[in-house]
Amino acid sequence: MAKLNLLLLLVLLACAFGLVTSQHQGRKAFAALESEVARARELDVEYGQLQLEASTWGLHARVARIASEVLGLRAPDPRRVRIVAPDETGAAP
Amino acid sequence: MSYAASPALVRLPIWRARVVLFVFVGAFAVLLGRSVWLQAVKTGFLQERGEARYSRVLEVPATRGRIVDRRGDALAISTPVKSIWAIPEDVKATSAQLRQLAQLLGAEPRELERRLADTARDFVYLKRQIAPETADRVAQLGIPGLYQQREFRRYYPGGETMAHVVGFTGVDDAGQEGIELAFQASLAGVPGSRRVIKDRLGHVVEDIEAIRAAQDGKDLRLALDGKIQSLAFAALKQAVDAHKARGGALVALDTRTGEVLALANVPTYNPNNRARLSGAQLRNRVITDLFEPGSTLKPFTVALAIELGKVTPQTVIQTAPGRLTIANHTIHDAHPGGAMSVAQVIQKSSNVGAAKIALSLPREEMRELFRRVGFGAPPQLGFPGEAAGKVREAKTWRPIEQATMAYGHGISVSLIQLARAYTALARDGELLPLSLLKTDMPVAGRRVLSAETVRAMRAMLEAATQPGGTALRARVMGWRVAGKTGTAHKLENGGYAAHKYVASFVGFAPASDPRLVIAVMIDEPSAGQYYGGAVAAPVFAQVMQGALRLMEVPHDAPLAPLELPGEGDEAKEST
Repeated sequence: MAKLNLLLLLVLLACAFGLVTSQHQGRKAFAALESEVARARELDVEYGQLQLEASTWGLHARVARIASEVLGLRAPDPRRVRIVAPDETGAAP
Repeated sequence: MSYAASPALVRLPIWRARVVLFVFVGAFAVLLGRSVWLQAVKTGFLQERGEARYSRVLEVPATRGRIVDRRGDALAISTPVKSIWAIPEDVKATSAQLRQLAQLLGAEPRELERRLADTARDFVYLKRQIAPETADRVAQLGIPGLYQQREFRRYYPGGETMAHVVGFTGVDDAGQEGIELAFQASLAGVPGSRRVIKDRLGHVVEDIEAIRAAQDGKDLRLALDGKIQSLAFAALKQAVDAHKARGGALVALDTRTGEVLALANVPTYNPNNRARLSGAQLRNRVITDLFEPGSTLKPFTVALAIELGKVTPQTVIQTAPGRLTIANHTIHDAHPGGAMSVAQVIQKSSNVGAAKIALSLPREEMRELFRRVGFGAPPQLGFPGEAAGKVREAKTWRPIEQATMAYGHGISVSLIQLARAYTALARDGELLPLSLLKTDMPVAGRRVLSAETVRAMRAMLEAATQPGGTALRARVMGWRVAGKTGTAHKLENGGYAAHKYVASFVGFAPASDPRLVIAVMIDEPSAGQYYGGAVAAPVFAQVMQGALRLMEVPHDAPLAPLELPGEGDEAKEST
């Protein structure tokens, strides 16, 4: 009888430790998840800001101004433009 | 010697033991009762209170959806900012700290002190919507009684170019104009909340339940093409400035999908900085302004006459001597012609010719056509403030009114209605439903005219841009275009103003297989020229040229430089 009691006590102890550890691990995993979720939000915010920046830098008016003023680009004279139709294979000749 | 046998032992009365026993039993009963009360009756309440010690309800913020153009470039994005607020009574700051704070917030120290002196209030905003970095530096000052609140601010990288389409939101993140207002329900997110367990240091250690999941607003992809739009805006602005006009509007529609590819207004505003806005700046002229379209309406009158078999393009109409008097009212042609064919009536835009054709038509049929092509009803874009326009009941038309309506007077339409009506001419007679959102799907229209009539009309409209027509300046190098000019007197105080005009041009290209309809309207050009062919048509050509190139539409005309007409060479339309 006493042996059985001792055995049950050991089993009980093992279960109790198991419970505590798994709870601890659960919390640790949860904290990791939390911080990743927060990071995801931060990255999303940053993505938005970068998109904003890209749109601002890539404004058509700005690109056109830099192309003509800084780089000196202009549309070619129409007399020097030749239109080529794509051939059957789709590759430009 | 045993204790019991001790002679000193005094026999106590039995009741004392009974009293003690009774008290003990009583005390146990009370304890038992109390524990039953707590465990059985008040257990829910107690558990709740216990949980309140460590569980917290957290607000889960939702972000407003982004608005992007058809290429995916951002037009409106929310990013988090901070608002600084204070409980004036709790604020303890040295004057040096206050000075630093004022500097960070960009406010006058005096103004700041005045706000903080108002201790009767327990919530005062010091500054709303500042950059998160600035907010961090404010926090570093360590002033007690100062708090921060996370908010979202909307940024519009497109600025004034896109302002009228996209609109803007107020400080509380609700749409107030444009798409932001029209699609408020789907753009706005719903903030959620969840219950969590926090430890002593304030870290979240466990999620108990999600009370309400946060729903971020849906992203919106507009039909608008950022490149065509900025091209359109630049061309329009240049024209409005050059002709000293009060304003201008332009809309471009895809003839296959009914998508609105560009929608520009001048004057405009910067949605990122909306101090001192005037109504004229805010107005979306394309959609909310009604005007008498003038000659741009003639194609519909003539198309109806062809449809009903009253005339053919070759029918000759006598327009000499350039005047037509109906019941004391006289209709004039700017350039009196002689006998001309119906095709020439359109090409040279003769009022007398159009009026004579209209008078041969039953007025009910004429009104029915105007109604069928969408005049007199809102275009159903889902945009705030869509104007319906006005087409009067046919039985109230007098002959003079029927004659003037033939060339677009006595009827009011919005520019987008006019552009939409022209989709029927560009699409072999099918009127398209319009969309502000990207659909990319060819849509079926509603047939309003027969294909044969429309093809004949297209040939006439193309002739209007050829030598002898009113719209030489609408031509585009490399593509055939078709379109109609309009010049209408403005209505003022119930009559026509003598020297105030609305110049317009509506057309499409390539004429062989139309892909794009563009309508341009310039309000009160006052730098000398006011004809649609001189003021509005060049804007059309400029935008059409760039847009067709961007859309990679195959050429249907040789790439040769165009001979632009000299002053006075081109035919002038009459109205």
